[in-house]
Amino acid sequence: MQQDLSHFIQPGRVHRQIYTDPAIFELELERIFGAAWIYVGHESQVKNPGDYFRSFIGRKSVVLVRDAEGEIRVIHNQCAHRGSLVVADDKGNTDEFQCCYHGWTYHLDGRLKAVPLQHGYPCDFDPKNSKTAMVKVPRVQSYRGFVFASEAPDGPSLEEFLGHMTTSLDDMVDRAPEGEIEIAGGVFKHAYDANWKLYLENLCDAAHPWFTHRSSIDAAQQQSDDVFSDGSGEIAIRQMRQNGAPYSFWESQVGIWTYPNGHSYLGDYHDDAKLVAALKDPLFREYIAALEKKKGKREARRVLEVRRWNSNVYPNLSFMSQFQQLRVVHPIAVDRTVVYTYNFRLKGAPEQMFRNTISFANTVNGTGSLVLTDDLEIYNRIGMGLSSAGAEWIEIGRGLQSDGPDTHGGRRGQNSTSEIYIRNMLDAWLAYMTGGQAKNMRAAF
Amino acid sequence: MPGRRRAVAALGRAGRLPAQPGLDPRRCEQFLLHEARLLDEGKFDDWLALFTLDAWYWVPSEPDQADPVETVSLIYDDRRLLETRVRRLASPRMYSQEPRSRTSRIIANSTLEDVERNSCTVRSKFVMIEYRREQQRIFGGTTLHRLVQEGSRILIAWKRVDLVNCDAPLDGITVPF
Repeated sequence: MQQDLSHFIQPGRVHRQIYTDPAIFELELERIFGAAWIYVGHESQVKNPGDYFRSFIGRKSVVLVRDAEGEIRVIHNQCAHRGSLVVADDKGNTDEFQCCYHGWTYHLDGRLKAVPLQHGYPCDFDPKNSKTAMVKVPRVQSYRGFVFASEAPDGPSLEEFLGHMTTSLDDMVDRAPEGEIEIAGGVFKHAYDANWKLYLENLCDAAHPWFTHRSSIDAAQQQSDDVFSDGSGEIAIRQMRQNGAPYSFWESQVGIWTYPNGHSYLGDYHDDAKLVAALKDPLFREYIAALEKKKGKREARRVLEVRRWNSNVYPNLSFMSQFQQLRVVHPIAVDRTVVYTYNFRLKGAPEQMFRNTISFANTVNGTGSLVLTDDLEIYNRIGMGLSSAGAEWIEIGRGLQSDGPDTHGGRRGQNSTSEIYIRNMLDAWLAYMTGGQAKNMRAAF
Repeated sequence: MPGRRRAVAALGRAGRLPAQPGLDPRRCEQFLLHEARLLDEGKFDDWLALFTLDAWYWVPSEPDQADPVETVSLIYDDRRLLETRVRRLASPRMYSQEPRSRTSRIIANSTLEDVERNSCTVRSKFVMIEYRREQQRIFGGTTLHRLVQEGSRILIAWKRVDLVNCDAPLDGITVPF
């Protein structure tokens, strides 16, 4: 398979099979989701000892938990006895984990605490042995509150893995006047019948809104501003109109940056006159004042000048610091993907700003939104299209001739309409899938 | 939403509306059936015309969700966004409705709550079958309609739809409930 895999990716094109072959999907779970740093949650979801949150590494069910000593742990959500799922709730607080089958009971770090009928087990049965514990994920590290776990016992540290993308995560946190953020406001779970890779491949795609989102752009552009709004609809309509920016805008004012390990972000996508966080907006002025008061004018200006749109950390995380959004990709099957999306509250920011974050989430991540529904339709249609063996190769060459180096060790497109971020993800895909053995094959020659 | 609720209540209390035959259970139920038929027949402009000019339409993302401002919602439309939603439904380039969904709804178990002189809340159950592109989905849940009487007409001041599977992973929702 290793030899074959390198043939699926060529400069500027990729074979449809990597999106449709169940055997390749299983290998991805092993070689990508079983090796890379996978985002599993945020520390604010487990603030106190005993707080737990159910998460996933690929298809594996894990529990993110803060143990009695305050340490963050990630353990596999399976009883060491008969393999039953131990934690059934999405989140909660507990002193211990107990299996509902035969009552095996575990400490918060997964070590076995008590076993009924222990005298009945063979004499070498040892409750202190790791074989009788819930299995730990070998490596867990946080970067400024964002918790990642890796199934690889060794390999690059989280910061090495993230590289320059730490600056996007910094921007998520630095925008809080009090320097702290927390997940709040619930979760969207949206699903589509196609491959997981398509999701991240769309989030930095600056060339699709004009076309895919045409119905919501038109409807928003024709909407009278005289009609009653409590503020939430106004935010939604403003964003939908912005999606209608012409190609010339994306080609002249927005950039795309890519980094090793498949990461990327869309940058400079922020016209302060048009978007929610507009400098003219009195609420945003109030926020800037709070930021300046806590951090000083100079630092506040530095923070506000980081103008990132979606930042993607390959393979399962995408976030947007300007509007405090975060999306986590869960691969379910080769043709089934579920995405969870979250919102952050900036500590010290005006309360109305979080409400705007919620309105923005409803607009871009809502299951019933006027925008996301057309993205989901696209994923489903790509899934249906690629499952047909008529055309074998997909074109990903836009901008191939004009990509150039970036000062932080990455590469950038000449402008945001380059498909460099897809080529960059596929290069990372190939490196993971072949253990670095296919170095001579690249999508981004 | 306290502000919005107050506005609706004030409308009833102020008695600005002319006295009309009350919002009795049968009239309310007939109104709900009429609304369901408009939605099933894709007459979304007529559906929009059932709402007051400051109405809101809400499909929470969580069971017992307290409000639509501090927590995300599958749909939360003020009047302006509801108009935009309905206008988009008529667009030939709404790809998520190409092909169109067909829907069939059953509305039942309606009861009246918070009855005032010219307004009341109707609690009802619904089941909606949606068929699109070889897939059939079933939605069900509880709906609250705040109905107000304006002249001889009944209008919707607000509508809240609690899906039984509101927190499930869902593919896009395009046809309103």
